[in-house]
Amino acid sequence: MSTVAETQIKLTPEHDARPGSTVRSRLQDLLPKIVLAPSFAATIVFVYGFILWTIYLSFTNSKTFPSYAITGPRAYQRLWRWTFESDPPSSWYTSITNMGIFGFLYIAICLALGLFLAILLDQKIRGEGVLRPIYLYPMALSFIVTGVAWKWFLDPGLGLEQTLHQWGWTSFHFDWIKNKDFVIYTVVIAGVWQASGFIMAMFLAGLRGIDGEIMKAAQIDGATTFQLYRRIVIPLLRPVFLSAFIVLAHLAIKSYDLVVALTSGGPGGSAWLPSNFMYEFTFKRNEMAVGSASAVIMLMTITAIIVPYLYSELREKSR
Amino acid sequence: MLRKLLIGTALATSFAFSAHAADVKEVQMLHWWTSGGEAAALNVLKQDLAKEGYAWKDVPVAGGGGDAAMTALKAMVAAGNYPTASQMLGYTVLDYAAAGVMGDLTETAKKEGWDKSVPAALQKFSVYDGKWVAAPVNVHSVNWLWINKAVMDKIGGAEPKTFDDFVALLDKAKAAGVIPLALGGQNWQEATMFDSVVLSTGGPEFYKKAMNDLDEESLKSDTMKKSFDNLAKLVTYVDPNFSGRDWNLATAMVIKGDALVQVMGDWAKGEFHAANKTPGTDFLCYRFPGTDGSVIYNSDMFGMFNVPDDRKAAQVALATATLSKSFQSAFNVVKGSVPARTDVPDTDFDACGKKGIADLKAANEGGKLFGSLAQGYGAPPAVANAYKDVVSKFVHGQIKTSDEAVTELVKAIDDAK
Repeated sequence: MSTVAETQIKLTPEHDARPGSTVRSRLQDLLPKIVLAPSFAATIVFVYGFILWTIYLSFTNSKTFPSYAITGPRAYQRLWRWTFESDPPSSWYTSITNMGIFGFLYIAICLALGLFLAILLDQKIRGEGVLRPIYLYPMALSFIVTGVAWKWFLDPGLGLEQTLHQWGWTSFHFDWIKNKDFVIYTVVIAGVWQASGFIMAMFLAGLRGIDGEIMKAAQIDGATTFQLYRRIVIPLLRPVFLSAFIVLAHLAIKSYDLVVALTSGGPGGSAWLPSNFMYEFTFKRNEMAVGSASAVIMLMTITAIIVPYLYSELREKSR
Repeated sequence: MLRKLLIGTALATSFAFSAHAADVKEVQMLHWWTSGGEAAALNVLKQDLAKEGYAWKDVPVAGGGGDAAMTALKAMVAAGNYPTASQMLGYTVLDYAAAGVMGDLTETAKKEGWDKSVPAALQKFSVYDGKWVAAPVNVHSVNWLWINKAVMDKIGGAEPKTFDDFVALLDKAKAAGVIPLALGGQNWQEATMFDSVVLSTGGPEFYKKAMNDLDEESLKSDTMKKSFDNLAKLVTYVDPNFSGRDWNLATAMVIKGDALVQVMGDWAKGEFHAANKTPGTDFLCYRFPGTDGSVIYNSDMFGMFNVPDDRKAAQVALATATLSKSFQSAFNVVKGSVPARTDVPDTDFDACGKKGIADLKAANEGGKLFGSLAQGYGAPPAVANAYKDVVSKFVHGQIKTSDEAVTELVKAIDDAK
């Protein structure tokens, strides 16, 4: 009864003469806004407010505590200079080159492996219900757990190498985690192990969404399985690729804890990512301005990736 | 509506004030001494305070550890909600004092005679602008060798007096098939060892000029290059798996007899004690060869904040108890360090502790007590970490020669200043 009345009020508020219901209808219009307002305000302050705050700090001379007098772009000048110090590598140079290596390999391998596993699982095999969660499960672990587990596994004195030596394969040698030139690849290994199952699940969902009629039509036209996937299935999965890319890109950029747990920074700081750099400089070295500047550069990098994506997505929607 | 709001605010404020009143007989303490021996040692202080009617309240820190505690402290101070005191290290005390948030304990210091009993080198960090702002709890020193006695006997070694002796000893261990040097390849451990190497190579004068005064001529001198060469020499004696190892695992290698010696601060002694080892019979503690008579120190301090007047009595009680001879002795026996005042009797300490106390006294009187750069007592954190970067990059091969190392060191320190 009351719902009917309310619907009528909502549909035709101007015809209603009762003053009480005008208030009520107005309240009803306002309610979503009121409910959303706190989280909206919180986002404005805690996300965008602090982004502006960080940008402001990066132009000051802040050390242990924030200082409010603008002193110019000295922090950026230092970062810029460090960008080109490759021999011996400055911490910033190491961080950004590692970001390049890690980001590229992590995203590329996760996408390739995820797609491959999804295609295999999509062959209507028995026991898929058991296999799928096995691959997906690592995603439920935190980076810290993944990092510690892989740290032990890859440690030459404890894990894989030691075990194989005990089994008699004494010439086996795998010390990447202790090697300054290879330690970043161990971060890739652990990261891929964790995320590829999740990417597989995304692709699997995409594959299930493809219309079987298209596949049958292609098969009737004489397409081989390879051609089928190459020409039809993978192009149809394009939206999944984009979503997976965005998920992986942000995981890659924020994978601070994986580096800390797995390598504690690596030999001579050789496993640092920009997020490690930011934390070290802001909180351990009391160079808040430099830390803020590096955070701003990270933000700009992410923006450079996300904005074209959002642009293309939104344009497609409005078309 | 407005009236309701005003009443609400008034009520809230009065609640806040009454909450304050409850704090008066309470010591709010921010620290990260939560593990076994350290927590037990701190219990002595809690009991001392309880006798005087002050309750102890730990300020909770999520995650534990020094970094998390310092981040928590920063937030508390920024919010104007000061703890009574906080465990602090080196330049952090001075940073906070410069920001004007530290209290003033000068009166208590005068009454208790801290000026005379606390070594002058420590007062650099506990006194700011003529005012006592912190109470030192202990003095750690980093220029120690920790040696497994059984291994030492097996290879027929004797106490090394010079750096060359030390290298000869390491060679003997290598020939006997033992890992000569247990090192954890993390930057602070490498730099802590390098502190001792510099003191041994260049002598006390040079150490002070290079590592405390950051004199550029000394930093790029041939002596510094020689120090890096000596470090490189030592690194040839570690096992291939050293990179990233935690310091206590390196100590465990010495305890188990897998390795002969570790160069580490005296907190390593706590690990030997935990394994029920006795100095002299199971393990040996020598000064790093060539550094006898000098002490490279770091120290834990309780920084005292500028709390409201009604909470000051509790703060004074805490500071007095912290520097009381009984607590200094009881705490440092457990912690492995030595008392922060030189007039504490050494009766309860073991052989290494007794040596540490005597060394500290002698070094203090002879002006050979220096801050450890690796531990953040030689220069502010920015410089100390830049130094650790360079040493670590040298150990792990990103920096290839000692020439390059000193150039990088000067540049990095200059950058961080």
